[in-house]
Amino acid sequence: MLDELTEKFERVLKKVTGQGRLTEANISDTLREIRRVLLDADVNYKVAKQFIEDVKIKALGTEVLTSVTPGQLITKIIYDELTNLMGSKNTELLLNPSGVTVIMVIGLQGSGKTTFCGKLAKYLTDKKRKVLLTAADIYRPAAIEQLKLLGRQINVPVFELTGEKNAVKIAADSISFAKENGLNTVIIDTAGRLHIDEFMMNEVASIKENVKPDETLFVVDSMTGQDAVNSARAFHEKVEFDGIVLTKLDGDARGGCALSIRAVVERPIKFISLGEKLDSIEVFHPERLASRILGKGDIVSFVEKAQRELDEKEAAILEKKFRTNQFDFDDFLKQIKMIKKMGSLKSLLAMIPGANAALKNVNVDDKQVSKVEAIIQSMTKEERSKPKILNGSRRSRIARGSGTTIQDVNRLIKQFNEMQKMVKMLNTKSAKNLFGNMPIR
Amino acid sequence: MSILKSISFTKIKDGLSKTREKLIGKINEAITGKAKIDLETLNEIEEILLSSDIGLDTVEIIIDKVKTSLKNENSRSEETVKKVIKSELSKILEAANTKIDQMSLSKFKPYVILIIGVNGAGKTTSIGKLAYNFRSEGYKVIIGSADTFRAAANDQLEIWARKAGVEIIQGKTGADPSSIVYNAIKTAIDQNYDIVLLDTAGRLHTKINLMQELKKMHTTINKLLPYAPNDVFIVLDATTGQNAIYQVNEFKKYSTPTGLIINKLDGTAKGGVIFQICRENKIPIRYIGVGEEIDDLQVFNPNEFVNALFE
Ligand SMILES: Nc1nc2c(ncn2[C@@H]2O[C@H](COP(=O)(O)OP(=O)(O)OP(=O)(O)O)[C@@H](O)[C@H]2O)c(=O)[nH]1
Ligand SMILES: [Mg+2]
Repeated sequence: MLDELTEKFERVLKKVTGQGRLTEANISDTLREIRRVLLDADVNYKVAKQFIEDVKIKALGTEVLTSVTPGQLITKIIYDELTNLMGSKNTELLLNPSGVTVIMVIGLQGSGKTTFCGKLAKYLTDKKRKVLLTAADIYRPAAIEQLKLLGRQINVPVFELTGEKNAVKIAADSISFAKENGLNTVIIDTAGRLHIDEFMMNEVASIKENVKPDETLFVVDSMTGQDAVNSARAFHEKVEFDGIVLTKLDGDARGGCALSIRAVVERPIKFISLGEKLDSIEVFHPERLASRILGKGDIVSFVEKAQRELDEKEAAILEKKFRTNQFDFDDFLKQIKMIKKMGSLKSLLAMIPGANAALKNVNVDDKQVSKVEAIIQSMTKEERSKPKILNGSRRSRIARGSGTTIQDVNRLIKQFNEMQKMVKMLNTKSAKNLFGNMPIR
Repeated sequence: MSILKSISFTKIKDGLSKTREKLIGKINEAITGKAKIDLETLNEIEEILLSSDIGLDTVEIIIDKVKTSLKNENSRSEETVKKVIKSELSKILEAANTKIDQMSLSKFKPYVILIIGVNGAGKTTSIGKLAYNFRSEGYKVIIGSADTFRAAANDQLEIWARKAGVEIIQGKTGADPSSIVYNAIKTAIDQNYDIVLLDTAGRLHTKINLMQELKKMHTTINKLLPYAPNDVFIVLDATTGQNAIYQVNEFKKYSTPTGLIINKLDGTAKGGVIFQICRENKIPIRYIGVGEEIDDLQVFNPNEFVNALFE
């Protein structure tokens, strides 16, 4: 199945090979194929549509460098965007150094909550946390027994209240129990429930209300189809969760639902679960899932190739400008446009050799980029080439013209000045040195 | 097999109604006020079908059929379009459901049913529900608990067996599942049971060793009863997307599925992936799960299913 997809992709890629610029005509086939790939991977159809629309806007008109095919370029943009959409910085669990940290695990029936609780308990025990598992699934036959057996396997105590019919009480009592017994991490396993089951949704909301978990994790089966957006949205509306856990990724599900969920709920994917054994838990790598959704294999390798080629070529152009100290606001604007077209949301600086690696994790907000664009466009020709003449009244005119604030304009000019300073430094020192000393992050 | 005939369809309709209202609303939206079917309308219909997990391949086939049918059709009303879509969808399910082997339970004793599927699909719950229904029909039922892997699988099935009022054969955690299969069938033969229901551990279809284990269970069953298993039901979760297609294809390589059980249709998921599965495999859908209670299992009826989507 993966071979088949790769083949499909290659077929389309060949069609558009050898063309100098991406046009509506020469990428429409690729985009149609991409849509199919995404739908086959269970990306929600609306999400897929929007995503492709975005990619198209970014890709159109992009110049294709000689050694990169248009198809590769689009694929690179897609891959980057997928990674970007699913990626996030704050994937770490919030663990309080003192006091009790409470983690609540929620989700639909059969998504893999109980097994995940066991895995998380082991993972945190290995990190020297003192863990308590709380059995709050009072509905599914033998759910409590299942958690108890898992706890026994990993030597983690399991809290239960035999015969108790109130899950809220069980959860609340378990926290006092943890406190009394010197345990600093409580993982609450809740019953699986349908997002349209009002009674059950009220229950989980009430547990959250009562125990005020530090982390609420929503567990999703990676095989989930189009409905993922509905359940995720409903759960999030009722019990705002902090992170997503993707399970059963040891199968061959492509996991497109992760993209769908990220599109409707802005929460990071924190863990992935890859098997029935209790050590098969991993932190999330967005780029791996991106290649999985796209069909794995070759796509990634030529994406990497494309990236390398692009980096080298763009960097060379930019460097030349820098070398001759001719970098003005017009260049700045050009660069911004180029960045937008390329689909890369990374900072302009990322194109400078040596800075790329350091800036890998820096994200530039799209909105911010548009703002910068608007400001520069509101400058006169003279102002753009001679930034020094930008006095107070000019600045406030620019702010009005661009629909921004004077602070925005000031910030941009400050950034630009710093950039020019760097350009000068660049011409005296080697780039490596420069970035070695800069507090880039 | 004539079980479950007494059950009404209110539940599936209830379950599907939320879905249905949305779907119909959308179709109406897409169609009303438009004299002819334009590209945009077709796109909207395509999206509606896609949102049910029907999958692009099948959706494209249906859209094509709609296009051709409407070419020769004077009326391009909402009714006509709905009728065409409905009939195409029903045809797919009906073609598969003619494959239901009408073997009567009385011809084989014991009648052996093996339940397989990926993790968390609802196998154990389905066994409980099936056991309850068979017993209510007066059959003498025994359950074999061949999930020796998952923690507390035994306890879970035991609770279901008690609820259903049927016997159960179990083994120790970690034991060879084939040994429990053997014991269950042996007991059924010796003690004159009518029906043996075999629960198995959830297994992802990509795990070769677990699939081999399944194959071995077949061999064991065959040794005791050359005609068995009479039925092998693959249990699917209705929330599953396109991966269900691969699940069925892989299970077919190691087992001899005779039907599908689609669970969790009481949610908002539509289970549309079954159309592609039926088209490819001509494998019938037998039952649907519409809740967690013991009576939440219903006989699958293709027309009801499609109608419920469109009425
Ligand atoms: N809402 C709903 N839940 C269901 C249905 N069928 C099963 N479930 C629930 O889904 C979860 C998993 O069901 P099980 O029967 O344990 O699934 P299984 O396939 O035996 O799972 P493993 O043995 O762990 O692979 C349980 O919480 C069930 O109560 C259904 O038709 N509707
Ligand atoms: Mg089970």
